[in-house]
Amino acid sequence: MSVTLDTACELDPRVSLRAEPFGALAYHHINRKLVFLRHPDVVAVVQDLSQHPTLADTLTALGVHPDRWPSFVVAVDSLYSSEFIRVR
Amino acid sequence: MSASTLVAQLKHGLDAPICLTWEITYACNLQCIHCLSSSGRRDPRELTTEQAKEVLNELRDLQVFYVNIGGGEPMIRQDFFDILEYAEQCNIGVKFSTNGTYIDAKNAQRLAAMKYLDIQISLDGIDSTTNDVVRGEGSYAVARRAMNHLRDANFGAFKISVVVTRHNVDQLDEFKTLADSYGAQLRITRMRPSGRGIDSWKDLHPTQIQQRQIYEWLVDHGDTVLTGDSFFHLNALGPALPGLNMCGAGRVVCLIDPIGDVYACPFVIHDQFKAGSIHNQGGFTQVWRNSELFVSLRQPDSLGACMSCGNYDSCQGGCMAAKFFTGLPLDGPDPECVLGHGDELLRVADILLIPKPTMDHSRGVRLNTPQPISVR
Repeated sequence: MSVTLDTACELDPRVSLRAEPFGALAYHHINRKLVFLRHPDVVAVVQDLSQHPTLADTLTALGVHPDRWPSFVVAVDSLYSSEFIRVR
Repeated sequence: MSASTLVAQLKHGLDAPICLTWEITYACNLQCIHCLSSSGRRDPRELTTEQAKEVLNELRDLQVFYVNIGGGEPMIRQDFFDILEYAEQCNIGVKFSTNGTYIDAKNAQRLAAMKYLDIQISLDGIDSTTNDVVRGEGSYAVARRAMNHLRDANFGAFKISVVVTRHNVDQLDEFKTLADSYGAQLRITRMRPSGRGIDSWKDLHPTQIQQRQIYEWLVDHGDTVLTGDSFFHLNALGPALPGLNMCGAGRVVCLIDPIGDVYACPFVIHDQFKAGSIHNQGGFTQVWRNSELFVSLRQPDSLGACMSCGNYDSCQGGCMAAKFFTGLPLDGPDPECVLGHGDELLRVADILLIPKPTMDHSRGVRLNTPQPISVR
């Protein structure tokens, strides 16, 4: 499957997230992957996913302009395929 | 942000390491001839359990993702499991490297019960003939027995960690098959002329032809094996191997040694690369952020003799430790430069000027005599 605006998802609990000047570093304790989240808005969305019913609701709540939504779907889907995000 | 600008950013260093190596003891029951920390005897100044926990508190506050615990043989410490369990409580991932001597059935079950734990069993030959010459008589059987215990305890995918040498480079496929047979993952790393490796490097390090062999093997298998990003000096041979392709010393990684001294990386246990001590005021954090050495390592690279080559972007001039302990200038080519730029320098390097490690905990034995080890 892939993540869409309607997906209910959250940061995988096996992932540690650390703020950096360029966004954040995320480390997956099991598959040992290190991922760079390269924009503070992506970090905010990832951290907030579990608080809202869907990805679209998260983007709305954080005030992300709908023009930018497609790029967030791509980013979250990419994190899903490397197991940093899980569907709930 | 593109990958290259990100790497450029990492070269300026981070507020905290991504991970670091923490060698918790210089004591070891083995006496491997390439030991990068010249381990053997316990150092009387070794950190106590309480001091070790203080280190973990600090790493937790810095949000360090994981520590690579090593030694010496880390499981020799009586408080080894206390340290592991405390790291787990701090939400710090642990990878530890061991020769496997102390992984019996009971310890294997205890290890299997922990989360966020990775184990690397060292093995430097696919059979006892190849392995035991380097790691000591009986060490192959001990490592295999530990792997069997981990498998029987359903530990999951542990790692088999191989230092690639002239003598095992033809065995990479067999190492992979062995790892697969355990459901384990193969990790291969570059041999450095550090510690006792200063003396054994000439006999053990892969030849120029073998360097290409390693590169080609990694091109074919790089996505299924771990390398600790240690082979970036090979990248001048073609497309870049997977990984960050940069020296992380003092920028994204470092070493804390058993007595609390902080070095730029595990392969440079020498005063010239000592940044400070966790016992200094401000602790590890202060050393990481403000030590003169680490600040200087985060400055733009000086290309020196490599400037005219045109391949610097690929190979990054190779490994600082490899240059230092073979007597080559740090701003010149790697001794194993795949284009041969290191060879000529090695021929003229003054062997008397090759640095010795500042710390040597080797036991008083002839290093090239394989030592029997006790199996318990």
